[in-house]
Amino acid sequence: MNSVEGVVIASRGGAPSIYLRNITKAYGETIALSDVSLDLRAGEVHALLGENGAGKTTLMKILYGLSQPDSGQIEADGVALKIESPRDARAAGIGMVTQHFSLVKNMTVIENIALASAKTFAIDLARVRAEIVSASTRFGLDVPPDAIVSSLPISLQQRVEILKALMSGCSYLILDEPTAVLGPNDIDSLLEVIRRLRSDAGIGIVLISHKMAEIEKVADRVSVLRRGQVVSSSLANGITSKELVTLMVGEQQSGAEQRQRSASPSQSQSPILVLESVGVTREAGGLSDVSFAVRPGEILGIAGVSGNGQTELVNVLSGTTQIDSGTIVVEGRQLGSNTPQSLMRAGVGILGEDRHASAVHALQVVENLILDCVEKFAGKLQLRRKEMLSHCESAITQFEIKANPKQAFGTLSGGNMQKVLLARLFSRNPKVAIISQPTRGLDVMATNYVRSLIAQASKQSTAVVLVSEDLDEILELADRVAVMYRGSVVGIVDHSEASRESIGELMAGIAK
Amino acid sequence: MKARFVLRASTPWWRGPLLVGAAALLTILISAIMIRWAGGAPIPAVRYMFISPLQSRFGFTESLLSATPLVFTGAAVAIAFRAGYWNIGAEGQLLAGTIGATWVGLHAESLPRIVGVPLILLAGMLFGALWALTPALLRTRLGIDEVVTTLLLNPVALLIITGLLNGPWRNSESGFPDSDVIADSTKLWIVWPNTRVHFGLALGVVVIGLCWWFVGKMSGGLKLRAVGLAPNAARIAGLPVERTLLITALASGGIAGLGGASEIAGVAHQLTTGISNNFGYTGVIVATLAALSFVGALLVALMFGVITVGSFSASRALEIPSQIGQLVQAVLLITVVCALVIQKYRVVWTIKRSEGRK
Ligand SMILES: Nc1ncnc2c1ncn2[C@@H]1O[C@H](COP(=O)(O)OP(=O)(O)OP(=O)(O)O)[C@@H](O)[C@H]1O
Ligand SMILES: [Mg+2]
Repeated sequence: MNSVEGVVIASRGGAPSIYLRNITKAYGETIALSDVSLDLRAGEVHALLGENGAGKTTLMKILYGLSQPDSGQIEADGVALKIESPRDARAAGIGMVTQHFSLVKNMTVIENIALASAKTFAIDLARVRAEIVSASTRFGLDVPPDAIVSSLPISLQQRVEILKALMSGCSYLILDEPTAVLGPNDIDSLLEVIRRLRSDAGIGIVLISHKMAEIEKVADRVSVLRRGQVVSSSLANGITSKELVTLMVGEQQSGAEQRQRSASPSQSQSPILVLESVGVTREAGGLSDVSFAVRPGEILGIAGVSGNGQTELVNVLSGTTQIDSGTIVVEGRQLGSNTPQSLMRAGVGILGEDRHASAVHALQVVENLILDCVEKFAGKLQLRRKEMLSHCESAITQFEIKANPKQAFGTLSGGNMQKVLLARLFSRNPKVAIISQPTRGLDVMATNYVRSLIAQASKQSTAVVLVSEDLDEILELADRVAVMYRGSVVGIVDHSEASRESIGELMAGIAK
Repeated sequence: MKARFVLRASTPWWRGPLLVGAAALLTILISAIMIRWAGGAPIPAVRYMFISPLQSRFGFTESLLSATPLVFTGAAVAIAFRAGYWNIGAEGQLLAGTIGATWVGLHAESLPRIVGVPLILLAGMLFGALWALTPALLRTRLGIDEVVTTLLLNPVALLIITGLLNGPWRNSESGFPDSDVIADSTKLWIVWPNTRVHFGLALGVVVIGLCWWFVGKMSGGLKLRAVGLAPNAARIAGLPVERTLLITALASGGIAGLGGASEIAGVAHQLTTGISNNFGYTGVIVATLAALSFVGALLVALMFGVITVGSFSASRALEIPSQIGQLVQAVLLITVVCALVIQKYRVVWTIKRSEGRK
């Protein structure tokens, strides 16, 4: 720890530690954190769990100087730290990878890292490159130093972020839901990196996640936040996943129910959404010859290793990317062009993978909720505010959203943003719902709830296209699974024949 | 000591007005220092500039008159900016409006006033919107940045006026490059007897009211705000982003053009090359000072009217440059922008102490 040159009062247990003491933080009437205390130790992976809106991000933002507590303090080895900005935090050896990356997209990896670690006016790029190479071999974080950041898949961008934090000399690293944006393989390699950082470099890691399996694999210590309070903090091997879930949500349990598939998934009905050799020409990452059909009440899962065209497919179906060849037919009518409006008018609803890009942060929750059907609330002379609010309140109750209708959307916790957008999608009763990564960043309860919502919608004969990197989610929900590889659909498997293995082979481009 | 800006969690309704008041006081203070520098006595100058226009009937009504075009341009800029359409062309659109208005005014001899007045106003609005059309199409069809195109069209409008006044519209009696006086049937009513305050001001207030209602209360206004704040999110929600921008741009140009017609039909009664005293550019300042609120734009425009009249009388009485009025407006811009930052962010002063590291 480079900044604490002062006298060090004996630290408990020998290893250097950071203590957060009695942290309280309120936003207006919302109490995000109340009297939270937490110990972080070097060489330990500390998992932080909690429902959406429990205060995890808020707590970590305070530690990293992005936000200031109303009261409470932070100590390092018995010395009070003043952390008023990320700069102070970095000086104290604390690094953070936030969920929204802070990389300059049009610069190369080297330039990004040089920017972060530059202390002098002149930047010696050759030296930075050498440092990157040595650091990436040391930590097992391979990155292509000369690549432009925007050309890298999200998993590599994340590595650059981690490397950036490590190279500025941090001894504590906060990772806020790092696995939420990754596919299964990338998750495994990230967990491996985390293990190495802990064991080989002695770095203390805070890992925020909603996925129990990951916690079980790497955490040494687990703390659970509930409604802004620490309800448990203990060694990981002394506690089971089940106990953790109970701690997170309290006693109320709603177990995941298996989706009941109807015996013959509506084979009789004619398809409502048909894609016929749809193509998007790109130098990289386009679509070629994508064809599939979805019937009312059917859930078509789209599986694939990330970056094989799923994002582009969703963009095509939301109308933000125009197709260059092929046709899209909804309810027997061919769409002239796939603009957002024409798709919406045809009854196609969408939940995009990037919730930040799908909503207007500065507008209120209620305004965002009705943004796709403003006309429905248009009175003769003004919007019918009262009806908007009551619509919003019922959505908040129904979807268990932790929000106030008049709160700015941008101040919601990640999971609650997702719920608002889901509420928006389902309240228009779409004939076809395109749903991308619906449970990304959602807590256990919310995940179950959202999956049951999707099942529910299909029961009411909505056709669902479910794009997800979570294979379990697809296997649980989908009637058929289409697998994408290099921009094409390489196979469509019925759920009775779908297994991790059969899908996995298709995903890897092995089977044909 | 170190200053840090922290985003405020909530803003009570009174903080805005309070800060604007503080900014005004600060502006007066800074202006006083500048006036001192220019060799004038600051206290009488401040009195001339900010207070005496409000003390006499003449000063007050002349201030209202000066404020009138700024009400239009302030509203025009504010509504465009709210939609994220950066229209810097209110100047050109206002000038185009004066052309349209003059054209009607010169050809409406035999009409009754109840027809002539709507006609001249409509012409101004139409020409203003038309002037805004090209940049709006370039932006919504081809993605060409509207800041540059709207700005560059401003001098073009002035050149057209110069051309007209030196050609077909040259004054038929004097031969000077001023147009003939417009027909009586197209002159606006005087709304305050025995002063020059005309119907244009009332119209401006109505426009402000309509803008406020539309943007704040109507469905189209919600769409407009969403497009302005996050165009991509609006697109995903199925809002017609390009159409919203196009319509807003035309409305903005129309409002500015209406301001031009109001100047021609209300006070000038003829077209001259000096018809606009930078009203369009000042509109950008007015809208910014008002933080893009419409009622705020009305108040700022009225205040600017007072300052304009006041700085003239101050310069005459105290023999200081009359540009002092523009200087005050510029200082006001800076202090108010600071106030707006403080409204959104809390400034935390921290004193580096060594105790923290015991
Ligand atoms: N700037 C803000 N203004 C108002 N409320 C806020 C703000 N930031 C956070 N909150 C509120 O504080 C609470 C905690 O939010 P936080 O983001 O810490 O949750 P989280 O545990 O990270 O949840 P998630 O798992 O969904 O990311 C939420 O109720 C949220 O709405
Ligand atoms: Mg969070």
